[in-house]
This record gives sequence, structure tokens and C-alpha cells, in this order.
Amino acid sequence: MTADVVATRRAAPRSGARRLLSRHWYAWAMTAPVVIVTLVLVGYPLVRGVYLSLTDATEGNMGRTIGMNVIPSTYEFVGLKNYTDILTSAEFLGRLTWTVVWTVVCVALHVSIGLGLALLLNRPMRLRSLYRILLVLPWAVPAFVSAFIWRYLLNGEFGVVNAMLRAAGFAGVSWLDDPFWAKVSVIACNVWLGVPFMMLALLGGLQAIPRELYEAAEVDGATPWQRFRHITLPGLRPVSSTVVLLGTIWTFNQFPVIFLLTRGGPGGATEILVTYAYRQAFEGIRNYSGSAAWGMVILALLVVMATVYRRALRQQGEAW
Amino acid sequence: MVSPAAPAGAWSRDRRSPGRSIALHLTLIAASIVSVFPVAWLVLTSLKPRTVIETASVAPIDHPTLANYTQVLGETRFLTWAANAVIVSLITAVLGVLLSATTGYAVSRFRFPGFRSVMWMLLITQMFPVAILIVPIYNLMAGLGLINQFPSLVIAYLTSTVPFCAWMMKGYFDTVPVTIDEAGRVDGLTPFGTFWRLILPLAKPGLAVAAFYSFITAWAEVAYATAFMTGDDKYTLAVGLSQFVGQHKAEWGLLTASSVLIAIPAAVVFLLVQRHLVTGLTAGATKA
Repeated sequence: MTADVVATRRAAPRSGARRLLSRHWYAWAMTAPVVIVTLVLVGYPLVRGVYLSLTDATEGNMGRTIGMNVIPSTYEFVGLKNYTDILTSAEFLGRLTWTVVWTVVCVALHVSIGLGLALLLNRPMRLRSLYRILLVLPWAVPAFVSAFIWRYLLNGEFGVVNAMLRAAGFAGVSWLDDPFWAKVSVIACNVWLGVPFMMLALLGGLQAIPRELYEAAEVDGATPWQRFRHITLPGLRPVSSTVVLLGTIWTFNQFPVIFLLTRGGPGGATEILVTYAYRQAFEGIRNYSGSAAWGMVILALLVVMATVYRRALRQQGEAW
Repeated sequence: MVSPAAPAGAWSRDRRSPGRSIALHLTLIAASIVSVFPVAWLVLTSLKPRTVIETASVAPIDHPTLANYTQVLGETRFLTWAANAVIVSLITAVLGVLLSATTGYAVSRFRFPGFRSVMWMLLITQMFPVAILIVPIYNLMAGLGLINQFPSLVIAYLTSTVPFCAWMMKGYFDTVPVTIDEAGRVDGLTPFGTFWRLILPLAKPGLAVAAFYSFITAWAEVAYATAFMTGDDKYTLAVGLSQFVGQHKAEWGLLTASSVLIAIPAAVVFLLVQRHLVTGLTAGATKA
């Protein structure tokens, strides 16, 4: 007891720390599991990833154990060489451009088609629940299964899409083997499997808009377009900002569709940043350091995106 | 044609002209066909013999047979892969929810020093694409001798599951009224007691949704599973299926049959819980 008082008097800043501790210790204790897990499972690999990205580690000089023989690592520190290599390569600009195009086109189509369907479903009509279930189906199928389905549908020789085109008198298209059509194909597949989530989320948002607003606007003689523009869109903003962020992250990181549908091909035409970094590390001669550097570049892009998003949230009045 | 944003309610139905009704239904029917056709075609294809699959036939039904299914179940490791996927994802989901529940509660209720850093960390880490961590985690797991072992996959999945569950549960706890906490505090419960006895029982649906979402993301994961699992007795479904359509052979019959076997249970469960899933993913956005 006395010792406590003495200690408090001797170290004034520590007493502040102690007051904080007594007031907040349970909050800290509750967040501890996630903080610790994140530091160990994400923080440590991340630091190691940064380190690897500054070396010339590949499959050849990485330490490994073959049977009883332990072969030590022989890779060396090379500074920022990997980064300068990436940023000055034509590959980087090409991959980045396509990734941005892919993300923007997919999210724009997800949101506009999703919103259109949500508006249609948000009216009283017969068979509404049936339509809803049918339209949600693509989200219910695991993404890797969808990628395989589309790979079969779009197969150049015996895919049903080409078979139908031929039956209708057109020439078949080599969907997955032509750089342009491969891009169209991956976007089509991703739009197909991404629309249902947007539709459901936006439908929930539409149903949360008070009906009185529409009735009042109607009384004041607002046209349907004006009601859409001034009631529906602002009313949807909380939901739409969240789903646009989620959609952007999911699409930017969409590994299975690209990897399983075209394997990034033909000739790298559909390779986005994420699949490219993966391929560097796990195909051919495994270039661990180069891939780690690509990973860090991608991380930098994501931090920029998150910062922009947090600023937007703050403007809406979210506290942090 | 179809005016946007007509609100729900009987009064707008009375005024919809027959022409508009037809346009509305035609649009929805067309959209439903686009949405259902690939899955329907998959099911139909899986019932065709191999010789028919590899011709450009547009007949929906052609020599129907269950041969693809018997071959998948009897002559491939499909069931092993399915069991592997379920084991890995179950462990991931349970651990993810256990580790993140208290954090979700803390960031929902308390404003403490470090709060913003925790939120920031949760947001950033769940955005991490595989490309950032896969190389260092692979090397660490190789160092520990865990490549081709399930723990390596569970660890890799936890990196995204834990922050995601915490984030999702924060949204759910936000919808539980604070007055319940206050009542608990008045009755002399500690913050832990309040969480454990009052909030957690109320939040069971939220926990279930977070667990379910972790489960389906883990069991359909492709990148880590492809890189880490090297022996075909350890493959998960996503890796196993790509063996059917490798570079040298394409067993479309096996692929379609196993896809159906995966998609049907997945879709049934999914359709049952999808309402909660959407609420969970957008929670916090609608509370405003």
C-alpha cells in the first residue's frame, strides 16, 4: 500500500499509465488475441517478406533439407534492386493497367447490374421470391466451381457457347485463346458470379429507405427520375459505399477466376497483379524475392486504397 | 420502359400498366436465364457420356448416364479431397471465431487508446491479397517442415479469417443494444461477465454467420492450397479438381460430375443462410 503511494509519487507519468491501465485493461485484454495472432501470423511473415524482397532469393539458393542433408541458404542482400527492376519493367505497367481496367469494369458492371435488378425486385409482383433465388444462384456456387463451369462453356471446340453461335450461323470465337476475348471471358465470368451479392446488398439498402419520402416526393410532383436521383441514390449511400469497397477488394484480389479460367493466358493477357506475383513464386524457377517485391508493391497500392476509403468514411461521420 | 425506383407498396402496383408488367417480368426472366444457365448446363453435361461431352452438341439431354458420378466416387480421390477441405475449413472457422469474438465486442463497445490502430489493422489485413504473404509463409512453413500438412493451410487461412471475423462481429455487436451492457454493469457484472453471459448468447447468429463465411472462403480457396499441398492425398477440392483438366488431359466428365457434387450441397446451405450473410457483410452500413 505504502509502496504503491511512494511509487506513484516518484513517477508521475507512470501513474497516468496506471490509470489508463485500470480503466482500459479489459478492452486491451479483449483485443489481445487478435492483436497477437495478427502480429505473429501476419506481422512476422510481412517483415520476412520485406526482407526477402531485398534479397536475390530463388529456388536455387534457398536453404532446404534434402533427406538428411541440410543445405544452407546462399542468397544475398541486394537492396532495392527488385523494386527498381519491377518499376522500370514494361511488365509492371501492363499488369497494373489491366488490373485497374479489370477492377473498374467488373465493379462498375457489378454495381450497375446489381442495382438494376435490385430496383426491379424491390416491387410487389408475382414470383418475386422465385426470381430472387434464381438470381442469387451464381453466388451460391463456390467460385472455383464457377471458373471450371465457364471454362467448359467457353471451350473453343465443344463449348456450348460456340456451339450455339455456330447453330445460329455465326463463326465460333476462340474465347480463351485470343487475348481480347480471353479478357472479355474472365470479366464475363467474374460479373456473373459477383452480381448477386451486389443485388442482395443493394436490395437491403433499398428496403431501408423510408417509403414516406417517396410518397412526399410524389405529392410534390417529382418525376421518377428525380425520385431516383434525389431519394434512392442518397438513401443507398451507406450500403453502396461499403459494397463498392468490398467489391473492389474482392475483384482486385480475384485469384481463382483468372487462375483457373485462363491461367493468366494467353501469353499473360489476362494476368492481374496477384496472379502474376503468384506465378513468379510457384511456377518455373521459383523467384521468391521477385515475387515478394511484387507483393509489397501490391500492398502499397492497397494501403493507398484503404486510406482513401477511410477518409471517405470520416467525411460521413464514422468516428475513427 | 420500366421506371426506376418505384417504391414498394400496393399503390404502385395498382398503377403499373400491363405493358410495364410484361417488360418487368421479361427482364427478370432474361436475367434469371443468364444466372441459371451455366449451372443447369453443368448438371446436364455431367449426365452425358464422355463421347457426347467432347462433341459440339447443343442437345440438353443425350444418352443420359451416371457413369461420370460412379467414376468420380469410385476411381478418384474425390472423397478424400472433400474430407480434407472440410477438415481444414472447420478448424479455420472455429479458431477464427474463437480468437476474434472478444475483439469484435471490444471495438464495438469501448473507445480505448489503440482503438484506431486496431481498426486500421483489421481493415488492412483483411484486404491482403494472397500475393503479399504467400511467399514468406511458404518459406516459414517449409522451414518448419509443414508443407503438405494441414496446419500450414490453417495458419495461412487464419491470417485473413481472424481480422475478417472480428470486423464482421463488430458489425453484429453494434446491433445489440448498449442498454443490455448497462443493465449487466448495474447488476455488478464485469465487462467480461457482461460479454460472456449477456452479449454472447444474443450474438449467436452473428457468430454462426462469421463461422460460416470463414468456412466457405477456406474450403474454396485456391492459391495457398495449390502452392502448399503437394501430395494428392492432401489436396483440397479446388486443387484436386484442377487435376482433372490439367495441361495434358481434360476429363470434363469427371470435372462436371464432381462440380455438381460440390455445388449442390454448397448451394443449398448457402441459399438457406444468404439473408444473414448479406446483413453480416454490410452490417454497420445500414445502422446509420
